[in-house]
Amino acid sequence: MDWSHSLRLAAPEELLSVAALVLLLAAAWTGGARAARTINWIAIAALVLAALLVLPVVTGGASGPDTLAFSDLFAANAFSGFAKLLILVSSAAALAVAPPFFERAGGYRAEYPVLVLLAAVGMCLMVSATNLLTLYVGLELNSLAAYVLAAFLRVDDRSAEAGLKYFVLGALASGILLFGMSLTYGFTGTIMFTGIAEALRGDVAMGAVFGLTFVLAGLAFKISAVPFHMWTPDVYEGAPTPVTTLFATAPKVAALALTALVALQAFGTQADAWRQIVIFAALASIIVGALGAIGQDNIKRLLAYSSINNVGFILIGLACATQAGLSAMLVYLAIYVPMTLGGFVAVLMFRDRDGQPVESIAQLAGLSRERAVLAGCFAVIMFSLAGIPPLFGFWGKFVVFQAAVEADLILLALIGIAASVISAFYYLKVVKALYFDEPTGIAVGRSDWVHQAILAVCALAVSPLGYLLTRCLADWAGKAAAALMLPV
Amino acid sequence: MNGFPILSLMLLVPLVGGAACLFVEAGAARRIALAATLVDFLLGVVLWANFDIGGPQWQFTERAALFAGFNWALGIDGIALMLIMLSVFLMPICIGASWTSIEKRVGEYMAAFLLMETLMIGVFAAQDLFLFYIMFEAGLIPMYLIIGIWGGQDRIYASYKFFLYTLLGSVLMLIAMLWMVNEAGTSDIPTLMAYDFPSGAQNWLWLAFFASFAVKMPMWPVHTWLPDAHVQAPTAGSVILAGVLLKMGGYGFIRFSLPMFPEASAHFAWLIYALSMVAVVYTSLVALVQHDMKKLIAYSSVAHMAIVTVGLFAFNVQGLEGSMIVMLSHGLVSGALFLCVGVIYDRLHTREIDRYGGLSINMPQYALFFLLFTMASIGLPGTSGFVGEFLSLAGIYQMSSWVALVCTTGIILGAAYMLYLYRRVAFGEQKNADAAAMPDLSMRELAMMVPLGLAVLWMGIYPESFLAPMRADIAALDARLAQARPEGDARLAAGKPVPAAHDGGGHEEVSAHGGAH
Repeated sequence: MDWSHSLRLAAPEELLSVAALVLLLAAAWTGGARAARTINWIAIAALVLAALLVLPVVTGGASGPDTLAFSDLFAANAFSGFAKLLILVSSAAALAVAPPFFERAGGYRAEYPVLVLLAAVGMCLMVSATNLLTLYVGLELNSLAAYVLAAFLRVDDRSAEAGLKYFVLGALASGILLFGMSLTYGFTGTIMFTGIAEALRGDVAMGAVFGLTFVLAGLAFKISAVPFHMWTPDVYEGAPTPVTTLFATAPKVAALALTALVALQAFGTQADAWRQIVIFAALASIIVGALGAIGQDNIKRLLAYSSINNVGFILIGLACATQAGLSAMLVYLAIYVPMTLGGFVAVLMFRDRDGQPVESIAQLAGLSRERAVLAGCFAVIMFSLAGIPPLFGFWGKFVVFQAAVEADLILLALIGIAASVISAFYYLKVVKALYFDEPTGIAVGRSDWVHQAILAVCALAVSPLGYLLTRCLADWAGKAAAALMLPV
Repeated sequence: MNGFPILSLMLLVPLVGGAACLFVEAGAARRIALAATLVDFLLGVVLWANFDIGGPQWQFTERAALFAGFNWALGIDGIALMLIMLSVFLMPICIGASWTSIEKRVGEYMAAFLLMETLMIGVFAAQDLFLFYIMFEAGLIPMYLIIGIWGGQDRIYASYKFFLYTLLGSVLMLIAMLWMVNEAGTSDIPTLMAYDFPSGAQNWLWLAFFASFAVKMPMWPVHTWLPDAHVQAPTAGSVILAGVLLKMGGYGFIRFSLPMFPEASAHFAWLIYALSMVAVVYTSLVALVQHDMKKLIAYSSVAHMAIVTVGLFAFNVQGLEGSMIVMLSHGLVSGALFLCVGVIYDRLHTREIDRYGGLSINMPQYALFFLLFTMASIGLPGTSGFVGEFLSLAGIYQMSSWVALVCTTGIILGAAYMLYLYRRVAFGEQKNADAAAMPDLSMRELAMMVPLGLAVLWMGIYPESFLAPMRADIAALDARLAQARPEGDARLAAGKPVPAAHDGGGHEEVSAHGGAH
């Protein structure tokens, strides 16, 4: 094994690990809000630097045996690079929005950026996995950090409840996943994805199918696909909003990329066996996500259902089990991240005169007359999430349905797109509150410049100007998909 | 116009104007909006003047590979030219109609309208299937906001209904488009118009497109969003809805359904006829019993649009030409009628017909224009309505005399409800003191009515100006449809025309052309 080659391939993960450990020490020796802020900025710098390290892998479309490291246990190809880019950028953004929120809620602590860094390392490992063990180590590293983050506001009951719920259900999901992995290992005799694919060619034993089902069920928990979605609204609502911002973006990207990895690489030879599961989860997520959101008055819960809904559309891309489908999935994710990020940052900016968060949709009524720009950006994001052209959210749905039609899954596409009309209804409800209702004069608090800057960037990215990115996105996602579908 | 991107410029002008409106106060926003729409109208005039009748089918084409998966491809034929002219002609009038009646959030209102103009022109000029879809759907957002923010009492219900109804109609079309592009390997509209899809698939594709266009059109029984949206929208919103947005459905049929799926169109022609016949009679009867002026005109729109659909699916030149003229005429006339309602609504703030009466005494100028547009709506010879309805019905008569018979009763009923409306509003005694005290048209209102009136008369007296640019395109479409044309029940035998005396003018040629088929 060539150590220098391996270490070079894993450079972003190493950078983040070292940064996390050093900052943890620094956090232990220093104290106070100022130090926490500084550590926060250093952590953001580490994430951005790691993203820059990943960039050439994505633009170059790295694939093949050269991208394998540590005796083939870790892959740094264009696919993992694409996912890492999204993970790192959204983690950095989620870190940037945190300090102003926590300072109002009783003081920022330096453990927060360290935990986010550790979670980011875990997520990067997940998408670089070539075998079941790397997968599990990455997943647990991410999850353990995430449980603590959900309960970060120790004195707040809702936050503590969210942390506990997330932990219990996450542990259950990990158990299911482990069970599936052990069955898979038992029936195939290997933990390597390529070996599993080889062993599962042709007719397979019922036990292997069970293993596949349990692995997918465990992953469905992590991506909060129906019917394993119940924790999502509670955790999203209870966790501090910056943490929710993180949960809705980076781990979602990591888990979805991981699901694609497992489904297409490890179980790629059994696509017909898992396709029905994915199709069911996709349609169920779209419909439950749409119907569940209608009755919500809390904007964070509504966005949680919206994320369930979006996962459904992304899974349609996976159900195709083609290179075009995977590429569509990645494009959708790349558009989903700024939409969700912008949505939650806007939620962070909804505050009353005393700086307390405003989360009820009814209290946001008439916001367009008090905070015209904020309301405008949020409305753009809502219409974009609903997938109404000319906003960029439409493009994500477009490529996914295009892949489905090319893969001859026309019925799936028809049902999915018809159900998307239901989801348009609750996005419209939010726009109606912002624009049509009489102002309540509640959400008039000032915003921080970091929030404004991130929201502006996100709103611009999902505005029609986003279409100018389509060529670049299609190119990168196409290379990434090609790297994964290649027999390694 | 060697290579100058005039269509992109026409899209850009209102867009930039709209963005500017967001950042200035009310008075400046009004002026910017008026200037932007007038500039676009002038560009439209330049466009028409430079359009080469008898030249290539697609003119002013632009193509730029800006995006993955689809192109920035623009270009127009005569049909699109006429509809773009209608849009840019109505827009300054809409801005004028909102000059004083919109008082709150003027900047945002003008921005929404200008965005709407960009999207309308984009729909008619798009030469890429997906670019068309994006423009077609995007119109929902500004219209939703216009109805919801500046609308009447039940505006929220109406805005939801409008949005969700039209969205549900359109999403199925998107899947059909994706299938077509996958099958044909291109998203270029002119290529697809000549592509022969397998006949089994054509039926499904046709139905998916029908779902979208029937809602937009709107056809009975999916017309129910229209009365709500029209009644609740502000005056200018109604004008744009009736004047241009409804034409997108007809444009869709003539640009997509007919040329791309000719066999399916013939196969489903009975469906169109049946729905249209019901619509003509039923909505006319509903219009007769309305107490709300806007609702009455909204129902009359549904009836007129039914004439358009039967004309389109008559599979012959008269029907197609007639439908285009009905669309253009209805755009002007129904827009003008909504303006007429708006004029008195601004004064009395009610649309109840019973609250008015005897307006011809205190508002003689108003009564004159209202009469002109009422007559045009009925289809009196000399107005634009006559030309279109006559050609459409002549076209459908060759296909089915029964459909022609039923649709003609609609014209009679149309005369009934329009004249009844006019009698109650303009004639009779002045029952209400406040209605009797209303002042006549102001200069601003006159400036909106006069161009509309002139256009209606021009189209009625010399329709050749409007038919000439479209003739070649409609002939091409007719040739494309020839293979699938169903057998008509009229079985007209061509007579032996007596050689005409060679002193005929332009008008003679028109009628000669109309009768030649």
